[in-house]
Amino acid sequence: MLARGFADPVHDAQGVFRAVMEALARPGTVQPLAPRLEPPAPLTPELAAIALALADADAPLWLDAGLARSPAVAGFLRFHTGARITDNPDEAAFALVSEAAACPDFATFAQGTPAYPDRSATLVLAVSTLSDRDGWHLDGPGIRGSARLAASPLPADSLDRLGRNHAGFPQGVDLILAAPGRLAALPRSTRVTT
Amino acid sequence: MSAATPETGYNFAYLDEGTKRMIRRAILKAIAIPGYQVPFASREMPMPYGWGTGGVQVTAAILGKRDVLKVIDQGSDDTTNAVSIRAFFARTADVAVTTRTRDATVIQTRHRIPEAPLHEGQVLVYQVPIPEPLRFLEPRETETRQLHALAEYGLMHVKLYEDIARHGHIATTYAYPVEVAGRYVMDPSPTPKFDNPKMDDCPALQLFGAGREKRIYAVPPHTRVRSLDFEDHPFRVQSFDTPCALCGAEGVYLDEVLLDDAGKRMFVCSDTDHCEERRADGHVGTGGMETAHV
Repeated sequence: MLARGFADPVHDAQGVFRAVMEALARPGTVQPLAPRLEPPAPLTPELAAIALALADADAPLWLDAGLARSPAVAGFLRFHTGARITDNPDEAAFALVSEAAACPDFATFAQGTPAYPDRSATLVLAVSTLSDRDGWHLDGPGIRGSARLAASPLPADSLDRLGRNHAGFPQGVDLILAAPGRLAALPRSTRVTT
Repeated sequence: MSAATPETGYNFAYLDEGTKRMIRRAILKAIAIPGYQVPFASREMPMPYGWGTGGVQVTAAILGKRDVLKVIDQGSDDTTNAVSIRAFFARTADVAVTTRTRDATVIQTRHRIPEAPLHEGQVLVYQVPIPEPLRFLEPRETETRQLHALAEYGLMHVKLYEDIARHGHIATTYAYPVEVAGRYVMDPSPTPKFDNPKMDDCPALQLFGAGREKRIYAVPPHTRVRSLDFEDHPFRVQSFDTPCALCGAEGVYLDEVLLDDAGKRMFVCSDTDHCEERRADGHVGTGGMETAHV
């Protein structure tokens, strides 16, 4: 049977959006997110909540290999969001990545254009740990002085990727890192160093 | 404070969920690209363009049940635009409303930034008539978009220079252009330039909605917002010769109020909440209007 969506679609979606908005507006802060969802594995409740809150017929989804293998995941997302699921990462508004360490190069996703940098993808990565006490140093808009962020698992060359992504500003992708019960974000405007 | 009875038959905060998602996606992009104007599919609202349809749509998209909303128009909580928008959300979203700056989680504003410092966790939503700072210099959207893409802002500096050539100083007093995070030049909406310094390193998130022009843009918290100027003509804000006639406040933005046909006038705080709080704390101005406060 199809897993249920938001119990309270209006206010649950608003709560998820505000958590994502706060995370993007204040990179390096970890925002609580406790979705009451039980989506089919390997889709995590946090990834499902972000997709249900933000994706629809105007915002196609791309699924990583782990998620694309499960017909139940695609069925769940199609039913609850109405979003088209695309195989082409360049077409996706949101990319859902369940195996973050194996995430394809960020440059394979839509980067926007110099005139329309907003026509770019948001990558939503499922991670198992997330902390704002140690790890990378962040600075840029939304950050008072500097901030820290540690997340795992992530690709081994994440720092290089994030550096290239930031160097392309205003083009580039934005990252949402979703761990069980919480999330953080790394917009393209954030400079990430060791 | 309750302004109106909740309305039934509308979705929470009036807009349908599909519209909210579209606006929310635009807001997220705007935050990730500070100062860049994100196009969005602005809706018809039950108020005319020019009355804050952009700000209202942004507010409707972010508002939740637990938010406390404040709405100001030129600093005032009790002018028509502020009262009607506050009542609109009290009726369609049944949210708590307030006039106190520090109690609000979402503040929708037309043309002022409150005098009281904003804090972390607050969102300031601006109503914007013309979002494009270069529009009166270059009418073609295709061209201004290229200028932003190339970060080519020479036109704006020429405009400010021409001010100096004609008037001896930069004569732009409102909608004074700013550079956000070292990249995009942005119109801060028609706030007096007095408020520009408050945008810099502001702890609150600032969102801008232009309904007729269909643009949303943002300044994240703690972001560098620099008013454009020249080394030999540095940016300066307005100053006032007299303190507020009602509360005696100095270093605040004042409105001129005409008192009679003979040209008698007084200058009072434009931020009514700030003025009322000061008077409640016992501050009295020299305007002989002590009885105005009960």
